Amino acid sequence: MARVELESVSKSFADTTVLSGINLDIADGEFLTLVGPSGCGKSTLIRIIAGLEPQTSGQIRINGEPVDHLRPHERRVAMVFQSYALYPHMSVFANMALPLTMQRLSLWERVPLLRLFSARRRRVMPEIRREVQSVAAQLQIEPLLNRRPAQLSGGQRQRVALGRAMVRHPNAFLMDEPLSNLDAKLRVHMRSELTELHQRLKTTFIYVTHDQVEAMTMSDRVAMMDAGRILQLGTPAELYARPSNLKVAQFIGSPAINVLPVRIGDGGMVELPGSPAMIHTSLPPGSAASIGLRPEALHLLPSGSPRDGAVLNARLRRIENLGAECMLHFDLLALPGHGVIVRAASIKGLSVGEEVVLGYDIASIHLFDAKGERAEVLPISAHPAQREAATP
Amino acid sequence: MSAFRLRQARIERWTGLGFVTPAMLLFMLTSLIPLAVLLGLSFTNYELGAVDTKSVGTANFAKAVADPVFRRSLGNTLLYVAIVLPGAVGLALLIAILVHGRRRSRGFYEVIYFLPVTSTLIAMATVWQFLLHPRLGPVNAFLRLLGFDEVAFLSEPHLALPTLAVVGIWQLLGFNMVLFLAGLSAISKDLYEAAEVDGCVSGLDRFLTITWPLLMPTTMFVMVTTSITAFKIFDTVAVMTRGGPMGSSEVLLYNVYLEGFQYFHMGYAAALTVIFLVFILMFSAIQSFVLERRTHY
Ligand SMILES: Nc1ncnc2c1ncn2[C@@H]1O[C@H](COP(=O)(O)OP(=O)(O)OP(=O)(O)O)[C@@H](O)[C@H]1O
Ligand SMILES: [Mg+2]
Repeated sequence: MARVELESVSKSFADTTVLSGINLDIADGEFLTLVGPSGCGKSTLIRIIAGLEPQTSGQIRINGEPVDHLRPHERRVAMVFQSYALYPHMSVFANMALPLTMQRLSLWERVPLLRLFSARRRRVMPEIRREVQSVAAQLQIEPLLNRRPAQLSGGQRQRVALGRAMVRHPNAFLMDEPLSNLDAKLRVHMRSELTELHQRLKTTFIYVTHDQVEAMTMSDRVAMMDAGRILQLGTPAELYARPSNLKVAQFIGSPAINVLPVRIGDGGMVELPGSPAMIHTSLPPGSAASIGLRPEALHLLPSGSPRDGAVLNARLRRIENLGAECMLHFDLLALPGHGVIVRAASIKGLSVGEEVVLGYDIASIHLFDAKGERAEVLPISAHPAQREAATP
Repeated sequence: MSAFRLRQARIERWTGLGFVTPAMLLFMLTSLIPLAVLLGLSFTNYELGAVDTKSVGTANFAKAVADPVFRRSLGNTLLYVAIVLPGAVGLALLIAILVHGRRRSRGFYEVIYFLPVTSTLIAMATVWQFLLHPRLGPVNAFLRLLGFDEVAFLSEPHLALPTLAVVGIWQLLGFNMVLFLAGLSAISKDLYEAAEVDGCVSGLDRFLTITWPLLMPTTMFVMVTTSITAFKIFDTVAVMTRGGPMGSSEVLLYNVYLEGFQYFHMGYAAALTVIFLVFILMFSAIQSFVLERRTHY
């Protein structure tokens, strides 16, 4: 159980900066996910927390104590590797027992042959065996204890790796993409198992993934990283509802948010493409910007309904039927070369090539400036068209 | 249908045989036939250039068992293997671990240690002979400098074989080191990191927990090849000591060479070679037996 704090942690390899000024305060028992595109520094950060890699500058504290000078095992953190890193020459039992034997037995009590003469070893080993067995029982891998890792399936190896981390009752679990070697179905299953495990153990979890679904479904908080920085830190709901950056908006959510380019007109008016409606912003006039619309924010307007609100004229290009819902891919008539995806409950009798009008609520617009930073959409617009659209 | 199957099977059998034939022929010509001739000769009293040769049954083998020269040479060969094996394997492992830890200078050390492997041992033996020369050699010059008496490495009966063993180790070291380096590179870095998180902190712990067990297959292979190479010692003896002084460095193959090509006792030499091959076969059998069992992780 531990609070893990990172204070302006930076890391450079030779002259390339991989992490710059990372601040994080992870509460005791929290499930924090580091998510971001490949190469953004997630693994480097978690390895720095583990003590496998020294940071170039900054400080790491566990329970308020700086741990920068401590080696990984002294930080009492456990790490689950993407490759599981099980010792191939040891049985599952020996794999899981290793952290304990290292902790409780001296070198002489561990060396092959010599250890046969140790009376203390004979006393300690049954204890260790009991502890390993109780963890194995929790993970339902008791029958596997005598096997070698090569004789296990991917999911079983995953559990053994978890078990090896659990036997030590660590301050925190560090996991670097632990599910990415599993097939899709097993990944979904392990996701919920990990969540349950976290709820049961109530230990701090720091979890690295590049899969936004994992980040959204498992975490208390998500830190979205890009190019060595944390773009946004918040609950999954916050990241989804109020992405602070275009990259966050694009990364979180599936299918990805629809992004359309807009221009800022005089007085901060944003001209919405192909639509008489307008929104108002404090961004400087003349600058380029973009708006993001979640697939579920768009809906098909029934023909004949008024078209003076926030609308997009579009032609249906492709239908992706997922059973419970379907994804409708549209080409925009007003913005050649751009398309949007709409999440709909059913196909609604549409056929490919049909032209339709898509409507959306102005409140659902995410506005981003030219650099991708979130900009506020000001609520009241002076524009007559806007007012008209806003009145029911 | 079944007639068709039968025809298919026959065609497949003949095609298979066709593919195997060239390799089989080559194997017969280069290995099996010479072996058969050797085995045949070992039961005769054939001498090079002799007109009448007759079968003597197992007399050659009986003679070998009783022959003090042969017994000494076998003993010397085994002693030589017993020195070279731990030396060339242990040192190579140590050097490989040290070299593996280097980043930029790794290539340099690899080349340095591998050089003896690429050189001809006959030529190198001459160099060693000079280095170890009691009066002219730099090794003894160094010993004198330190205030020691000079050592006649190659003409002291109890020193000749160990000295040859040192040269043998020197020659094998580079090759074994490269094999160990390959073995070390195959161990995933993740394992060392996992071990570090699990509390394997000291170098010795890491070695005992990860490196040594995972290097076991490599080590077995290196041990067997080293044993075979050491058992085949011939050139250094032929160049540096000629079996002397007083037979203290007589080894199996040198004995075969003397019997066959100096004394022209071909039948007897053939019998000795058969004994030699039995030993080599034993080493190879150990190799395939142990390696098959140990490599499956
Ligand atoms: N030892 C190293 N030396 C030099 N550069 C490195 C080293 N390790 C990582 N990097 C660089 O640091 C950056 C971040 O790497 P890191 O492994 O942390 O990415 P990641 O976010 O985990 O990516 P992925 O999702 O692909 O695992 C990369 O650009 C990588 O090339
Ligand atoms: Mg990574």
